[in-house]
Amino acid sequence: MKIHKYDTVIVGAGGAGMRAAIEATKLSRTAVLTKLYPTRSHTGAAQGGMAAALANVEDDNWEWHTFDTVKGGDYLVDQDAAEILAKEAIDAVLDLEKMGLPFNRTPDGTIDQRRFGGHSRNHGEAPVRRSCYAADRTGHMILQTLYQNCVKEGVEFFNEFYVLDQLLVEEDGVKKSAGVVAYELATGEIHVFQAKSVIYASGGTGKFFKVTSNAHTLTGDGQAACYRRGLPLEDMEFFQFHPTGIWRMGILLTEGARGEGGILRNKDGERFMEKYAPVMKDLASRDVVSRSIYTEIREGRGCGPAGDHVYLDLTHLPPEQLDAKLPDITEFARTYLGIEPYTDPIPIQPTAHYAMGGIPTNVEGEVLADNTTVVPGLYAAGEVACVSVHGANRLGTNSLLDINVFGKRSGIAAAKYAHANDYVALPENPAQQVIDLVERLRDSTGNERVADLRLELQETMDACVMVFRTEQTIKTAVEKIAELRERYKNVSVQDKGKRFNTDLLEAIELGNLLDLAEVMAVSALARKESRGGHYREDYPNRDDVNFMRHTMAYREVGDDGKDSVRLDYKPVVVTRYQPMERKY
Amino acid sequence: MATPTLSKTDAMEAAAAASPFITVTFRIRRFNPEISDEAQWQDFQIEIDPKERVLDGLHKIKWDLDGTLTFRRSCAHGICGSDAMRINGKNRLACKTLIKDINPEKPITIEAIKGLTVMKDLVVDMEPFFQAYRDVMPFLVTTGNEPTRERLQSAEDRERFDDTTKCILCAACTSSCPVFWNDGQYFGPAAIVNAHRFIFDSRDEAGEQRLEILNDKDGVWRCRTTFNCTDACPRGIEVTKAIQEVKRALITRRF
Repeated sequence: MKIHKYDTVIVGAGGAGMRAAIEATKLSRTAVLTKLYPTRSHTGAAQGGMAAALANVEDDNWEWHTFDTVKGGDYLVDQDAAEILAKEAIDAVLDLEKMGLPFNRTPDGTIDQRRFGGHSRNHGEAPVRRSCYAADRTGHMILQTLYQNCVKEGVEFFNEFYVLDQLLVEEDGVKKSAGVVAYELATGEIHVFQAKSVIYASGGTGKFFKVTSNAHTLTGDGQAACYRRGLPLEDMEFFQFHPTGIWRMGILLTEGARGEGGILRNKDGERFMEKYAPVMKDLASRDVVSRSIYTEIREGRGCGPAGDHVYLDLTHLPPEQLDAKLPDITEFARTYLGIEPYTDPIPIQPTAHYAMGGIPTNVEGEVLADNTTVVPGLYAAGEVACVSVHGANRLGTNSLLDINVFGKRSGIAAAKYAHANDYVALPENPAQQVIDLVERLRDSTGNERVADLRLELQETMDACVMVFRTEQTIKTAVEKIAELRERYKNVSVQDKGKRFNTDLLEAIELGNLLDLAEVMAVSALARKESRGGHYREDYPNRDDVNFMRHTMAYREVGDDGKDSVRLDYKPVVVTRYQPMERKY
Repeated sequence: MATPTLSKTDAMEAAAAASPFITVTFRIRRFNPEISDEAQWQDFQIEIDPKERVLDGLHKIKWDLDGTLTFRRSCAHGICGSDAMRINGKNRLACKTLIKDINPEKPITIEAIKGLTVMKDLVVDMEPFFQAYRDVMPFLVTTGNEPTRERLQSAEDRERFDDTTKCILCAACTSSCPVFWNDGQYFGPAAIVNAHRFIFDSRDEAGEQRLEILNDKDGVWRCRTTFNCTDACPRGIEVTKAIQEVKRALITRRF
């Protein structure tokens, strides 16, 4: 076991982690731990753009953006945080441009902007061009630009280091962060990183679904590490299903395709979104569009032999426009489906895309131990966190924005904290929990296989807690997850070695997914209303009286050693906007 | 609006519904120094839909047959750059290569990319590759006061370096280059591509410095224009052309 000492440790090297690192490394001795290489992070798969009311091409302002974010999140958004997001968006985009990001340009040479779902002029009058973009590879450009600037600033990376435990130590009656424990993939060695401040920026947890736009590596490792140490997870029942994933595969086809004029059609060729969202049509918020697609499918108007998908139609757009604005997604259609988007419609279905919930933080990125108490020295930003700027449903282009605004804020806050505070003493045997976990899985001779359990989990989640949910389907999921967690105790791996043992890491990742799936299902079962991405057929209306509040889920261990999820609730911060009926 | 032609999509959907599995042999170059210093070929037979990816086949092996098979992967759709490997003797991304496109009648050979040290099975040491990248100053350099708003750039100036912004640092190009195989000191195509991305960016002011770095004995002049890199690039970047443009800039000092 090796022990390292840094002022600030950042867990994850996607957009939020690297944006934080660029700030933190200027102010404190910083290490970035990533289970991949920085440029492999899933920020790179984001396509459509980053919202900011630059008003480069038409009238816009941050207040309209704030309203759209609050409405898009179905009034579960903390409005003070949304206001910060929308206001600081403008500098966040300009910062990236100055760092070198190659945005598409207007004829005047300023940053070009395009339409995106849920973003509107003057509180819902009509779509507005707010998304700053670089073709359909905006996330790729952000990831590359941030990595380039990390190289420029000399940021220290530990690549292929898996953070598996968060060290919390009680000091003067307060739980504080003492550091993290990591597993080095290349050697199997365990490393303890003692740090004055720790920032989680480790991304989402989409791999508990089968049809998902998420990378294989998005397994909720940061959420699970904190949850197991008794910290809450907020609003985990809210998961976004992006309307346009490639049929069966789930690969993302950007909403920018509809921003450029693409149209969703059913088997009769009908532009069905006109029925569900008369003003915004195909550019309604993602939860609305995904439900509309499944309504069409359920009512027999789906496409293909099984009627299980609909079409994204780009055939009326000029090929030059597709080449210039949507080169990657049109290539995906050619590569993976063998069809030509110039002339053929693309089969799509909703795909599990984004966790609105996560580790609760305040607007400085400080992690909360309950509704109000901060954990000194612990921060989170990006998809792993819940500020909450996305509420019950995130707007497209607000996640690339979130990682930049709150990545920067948490990087500055964590580095300043490291300056003002001393190390917290490490607990005795700080790596013991990780050593036990690794040895148990490596030595296990149980007869359950990781791939079997993972597939059963994914199929259960797709069937039971996707776009439409009922008490019955969620209960089925809760029971199945409990069974899988029990069987997980008998899981074993074939690779017993220390060198690049990805077999072992997949087993650990599955354990994370199972714990988080349980939190999600239990949280969803208790929310007897429909709001944003959480739609209950048995409670089809939003219930502001009883449920305009955040879910806070805690892990509790009983006297018998068994763990369970305990739910509590936290009020929503309302500043400017009282809840209204949500129409697009 | 023209009515879209459904024929191709219809045919694709019908084929997908039929999902005819075939038996394919994956012939994989295995290496694990914890077990043996020698690498060896191992055959695996799998049932797979030919429209699936090589990566899907590798997962079938890892998840159902042999958990010790080791490779990197993440996004699975050609964006993250993790899974460059040598498939039937050509560098490709396993997640962008469909079984049907690489003659599944014969065994499909899969081995680690060349020119970088193999750590285990298909995993190589990427550090020399990233070091060459870091050495070319792969970041925007400007002087003077920062403007309050964005720097202006015409659409034409933006287009000038568009091709080289697509790089995902997968190393397919560099590890396909015979010069790099023979001499790991050569910067390699990927580093030059990333230098090109900044040299031809109208906002940047360090073009001369990067050109001097690439004027080195291990720089662009080592390129023998074999076009392996261009063939290997999964992003369709015209790598050889970018290298030629850097050579020309070194001669004319105009960029």
